[in-house]
Amino acid sequence: MKARPPTFTKFREVQAELDRSGAALFRDADGVESLVIRYPYSIQYIHSYAEDTPFFLGLAEGRLRGSKCRRVKCGFVYATPRGHCMVCGSPTEWVDLPDHGRLHSWTTCHFGSEAFLKETPYNLGLVEFSGVGSLLLVRLKDAVESDLFVGMPVEARFSPNPTYSITDVWFVPSR
Amino acid sequence: MPARSKARAMARPRRRPTAPARVATPPSKGRRVFMVTGGVTKFAKAHPAMDFRLMVKRAYDYALKGIPNLSADRIDGSRISYFSDHFARQLKAASMVQDYLGLNPKGSVRIEWGGATGGECFQAAYEAVASGRMDVCLAAGFETMSRVATWKGNEFIALASDTNFDFPLGGFYTGYYALMVVRHIYEYLRLRKFADVKDEREAQRLAIAEGSRIMSLVSVKNHVNALHNPYAQYPKRLTVEDVLRSEMISYPLTREQICTMSDGAAVAVLCDAERAKEFTDRPVRIIGVGTGTDTMRLADRPFGKVPLLPHERSRDYEDLPYPGVHSFRAGRAAGIEAYRHAGITNPIRELDFLELHDAYASSEIQTYEDLGLCRYGEGYSFVERGDPFLKGIDYGFPVPRAGKIPVNPSGGLIACGHPVGATGLMQGVFAFWQLQETIGKHFGDPTLQLSKPKRGAIHSHAGTGSSVTVSILERGFP
Repeated sequence: MKARPPTFTKFREVQAELDRSGAALFRDADGVESLVIRYPYSIQYIHSYAEDTPFFLGLAEGRLRGSKCRRVKCGFVYATPRGHCMVCGSPTEWVDLPDHGRLHSWTTCHFGSEAFLKETPYNLGLVEFSGVGSLLLVRLKDAVESDLFVGMPVEARFSPNPTYSITDVWFVPSR
Repeated sequence: MPARSKARAMARPRRRPTAPARVATPPSKGRRVFMVTGGVTKFAKAHPAMDFRLMVKRAYDYALKGIPNLSADRIDGSRISYFSDHFARQLKAASMVQDYLGLNPKGSVRIEWGGATGGECFQAAYEAVASGRMDVCLAAGFETMSRVATWKGNEFIALASDTNFDFPLGGFYTGYYALMVVRHIYEYLRLRKFADVKDEREAQRLAIAEGSRIMSLVSVKNHVNALHNPYAQYPKRLTVEDVLRSEMISYPLTREQICTMSDGAAVAVLCDAERAKEFTDRPVRIIGVGTGTDTMRLADRPFGKVPLLPHERSRDYEDLPYPGVHSFRAGRAAGIEAYRHAGITNPIRELDFLELHDAYASSEIQTYEDLGLCRYGEGYSFVERGDPFLKGIDYGFPVPRAGKIPVNPSGGLIACGHPVGATGLMQGVFAFWQLQETIGKHFGDPTLQLSKPKRGAIHSHAGTGSSVTVSILERGFP
């Protein structure tokens, strides 16, 4: 049994050792040693879509739904639905969104958080719809960085195998 | 039809505008509050030899060392900030800081407000003193981000976006800021500087190239300023080409235009007028505080009217849908409240410098406009004229109006690092040293010391602009 894990003076090397054996010593410029270990941590959350549920069920049926303020004098239409209107506080009702829109803005992500690194590069777009007061953030497919521009007409596509996630819908350039 | 309005008509359908945002928080009526000392640990990629308690203790000891008659028994309580329980993997970490500093059983509250955690902690301590609840309050903050790999850290940060609609698309803050700057560039470079270019894609490419070049000037400024700041994590001499050629993270933002993750801590001691006199002959008064908020989701930012600062007119922005995703309404609201509290009617004339939350070079430019250092749409020319640069420093390109209003003389987040819970307090400490004119003493290098600065602002920013704080500090001695 070894009493002491190996010592390193670069933190990168410490990280590599943790991947190998789970423990390492870091020695700083003053000679101070610190014992560093690996500590795994994983969670399965039980996540309810709650009042947003009809949106995600809609995606599975190939329907894009927003919400509209029920107060006639307000009537604000949201592309990203919300149960209550942020302008006047009234309850909203479900409305179908057009499946065609335009790019309000876009980017191509060459990195992402760990969970999405394997999907890079991917495009994100904020889509605006005629007569709708807010936007919808989506993945853009069938287009590369050099194709995309603000104002570009885009249209919705739906996954035939829904995972009940916002990724069940994506947009592609309109033909 | 002129090119500009034609492009507008094409890209922006008519939509129902919301009511103009009203910002009517009355100015604070509390007691006068002063900052009397502060301390910062050097920000680093990792501090394996110090846990969060020891980092805070080091910054705290440094702060107390400066004032002979300020000892722990004079401190009435604390406000302690850290952003993420995921990074800490230790709930009630603030209790452990209070404990380690030996401040039990005095009162303490943990503060968390995303990226603005440190700025909010500073204001929480302000409120404890202004309200009369405490005479002396410690504000302490830290973050230990080295505890996970960088891309896991990005995932933790992205959990500060809507987990129903935003996170599952890629969970990436740089992506969100890229979306915002692409639109900012569209509004202010494509529709203005490149209004005459007929081909839409060509015009947008030219505008993005121009925006990227100007963002790189900001990155060079902050990295070069930090060469004279021993607390900074990434001081370096860069060229615009270096910045543009660094790795593309999310188009058009490159690695050198983005702050990194850090370990670090910072503390500030705030007190009332009577105690301030007793502790130091160089106190700094906090003359204005402001906070603002906006929707968590970028997609929900409405299109209404610009809330105006005193020196602006509504005709300046007749044609501008606001805030959309190109500007930070929360920053504007925080600025309006802080300026009103401080009696500032024209920030560029009445402030001598700003420590601004430049998590991205893009958001530094967007924030110039939100805080009224220039009009909306003038952020890029503001950089090109050199207004936010320091006088007497060689940046490798001309900065004709350098020194007009230095922004991030310390190097900002891009060069100092961003240990979230400490960052806003670090800004407070750097601003405090500037106003005390003690930069030379604390940095061991007087280069960044401004000449007799009277008033400075610190700006702390969270989420995609979902909460922002602005605090205004003023020299409190003759």
